[in-house]
Amino acid sequence: MTGGETGGGVRDARAGGGGCARPARLLAERIGWGVAGAQILAEVALTAEPGATVGLLGPNGSGKSSLLRLLAGLSRPDAGRVLLDDAALTALPRRALARRIAVVTQQAATDVEMSALEVVLLGRTPYRPRLAGATAVDLAVARRALAEAGLAGFEQRRWSSLSGGERQRVDLARALVQEPDLLLLDEPTNHLDIRHQLELLRFLAESAVTVVVTLHDLNLAAQYCDRLVLLRSGRVVAAGTPAEVLTASRIEQVYQVRTDVDTAADGRPRIRYRRT
Amino acid sequence: MNPSVGPSVAPASVPAVGVGRKPFTPAGAWRSGRYVLPSAVLLLLLSIAAAVTVGSADLPVDSVLRAVGTHLGLPVRPLPPLPDSIVWDLRLPRVLLAALVGAGLAVCGAVLQALTRNPLADPFLLGVSSGASTGAVAVLVLGLQIGSGPLDLTTGAFAGSVAAFGAVLLLAGRRAGEPTRIVLAGVAVSQLFSAVTSLIVISDAHTQDTRSVTFWLLGSLTAASWPAVALSAVVAGVGLLVCWAGAAALDAFAFGTDTARSLGFSPGRTRLLLFGVTALVAATLVAASGAIGFVGLTVPHAVRFVLGARHRVLLPTCAVTGAIFLIWADTVARTVFSPQELPVGVLTALLGVPVFALVLRRRSGTR
Repeated sequence: MTGGETGGGVRDARAGGGGCARPARLLAERIGWGVAGAQILAEVALTAEPGATVGLLGPNGSGKSSLLRLLAGLSRPDAGRVLLDDAALTALPRRALARRIAVVTQQAATDVEMSALEVVLLGRTPYRPRLAGATAVDLAVARRALAEAGLAGFEQRRWSSLSGGERQRVDLARALVQEPDLLLLDEPTNHLDIRHQLELLRFLAESAVTVVVTLHDLNLAAQYCDRLVLLRSGRVVAAGTPAEVLTASRIEQVYQVRTDVDTAADGRPRIRYRRT
Repeated sequence: MNPSVGPSVAPASVPAVGVGRKPFTPAGAWRSGRYVLPSAVLLLLLSIAAAVTVGSADLPVDSVLRAVGTHLGLPVRPLPPLPDSIVWDLRLPRVLLAALVGAGLAVCGAVLQALTRNPLADPFLLGVSSGASTGAVAVLVLGLQIGSGPLDLTTGAFAGSVAAFGAVLLLAGRRAGEPTRIVLAGVAVSQLFSAVTSLIVISDAHTQDTRSVTFWLLGSLTAASWPAVALSAVVAGVGLLVCWAGAAALDAFAFGTDTARSLGFSPGRTRLLLFGVTALVAATLVAASGAIGFVGLTVPHAVRFVLGARHRVLLPTCAVTGAIFLIWADTVARTVFSPQELPVGVLTALLGVPVFALVLRRRSGTR
């Protein structure tokens, strides 16, 4: 595919392998959102600079997943707005959005008998005409993404036969072949063994894409994220570098656990939980 | 995962794509659609030709061809009037209607199973068949006059179907695009219309009416006519095209609403459109033939089992397979107890359940 396309075809021309051309800047301003009368998020602000890896932290029910859905444009905020490179998400067509933002949700699940390769190929749908089938380029991109997720040889494995961690990695490969400028992940490590957790986080930290990821493990968040946003009851308690956010007093305030926090050799905070 | 490689490698480094040496596995049969669909179409044409020759009057293939040729204006020697009428007025429209009904129901079933993520979904999920029964019974038993002559029953059934689907939409309310809501509304409305049907039948039924109602409720292609064939062809054809255009969206629905949305689709609008289209197709077909069960449930599962779940290939193959299935089911139904006719719905259930059981067994066995 060469550059001879008509206007607006720049992203169409990214027919695979181009990766993230231009990491996006994400800005959320004074976001409020509720469901069935319950206020879930209030006055939430968040900034992710291009290429940064931002960690979303907070106890269960603090609104991390809801915030991620709003950032992805899956729901509309009741108040405030989300900007992707200075354009409101609500002003962008869905399909254009799908080429820029990829989402890995907490439990990708299906009863449909699909192979791992077919699942990954779903990520290519935003790039092809609605009536067209997968092209050879789509296939090649999907195969490579599976291999990069450590799942070479899993192409024809059925989804139903995969373990939780394998499913999570297939779903990540699906998100990556969308070639997003912004990647949103909801607890992507929760089914992974420690090696795959570290590999995933290192990949996210080093990739050019702008990443917002919810995490439960404070130490991993401190180690791999550029910035952290700490939520409690739908409000931002703290935002900044890991060292600014993860102090012993704040962790106790938000999670009601007592910790000792010191600084590791790389300058990032290191948290040790007290037994009592 | 190898971070140093990442998703940002140039296409030039892509290894050769090993298409064509894939084993024939259900979930990953990438290219098999290429061979399956054309062979199925060929089989369909042969089935139509063969099924027309089968019946109590012995008519060989060349007689059938002569009759068809005469009516298409070809220079062939015409048949005597009686056999000509048997081929052209009775058997051919019936076989073609069977093909159309089978195709339409199978596609509706496949689409609804994907939309609702419910393997038990069938074309009558949204109240269409019970609505049709109510409409038909109202016409037969209460003698409601809508049109004139033989179209009465069909028109009544269609009106009933549309009324039932309208009630489903009304009950599901503003968020009718949500599968759980619309399925529950469908169940409720189906029950309501069934109750109304029973009420009408019991309160005011002549034995003769009840018999014909029952026969029609079980599904039957005896009422086949050229107008019914033409109408079904247009509606089923347009319906199939609309559904096929939504194939990519149906694929994306496999992982639920959020994934579909994040892949660039509008799940609510897509669902509503496809619910509407499948309801209209099912309503038209039910009006022509009654509620023939198990085609829309079984055929999609069987085809998916062989070809995988990519709707671009799945939907056309379902259409052709459903057509072949119903042609032969109806051929058996009208000949096996000849001159008595078996309602074809009884036969599709008898054939469909074992196929369904087989698919279920194999499916769970390979997990």
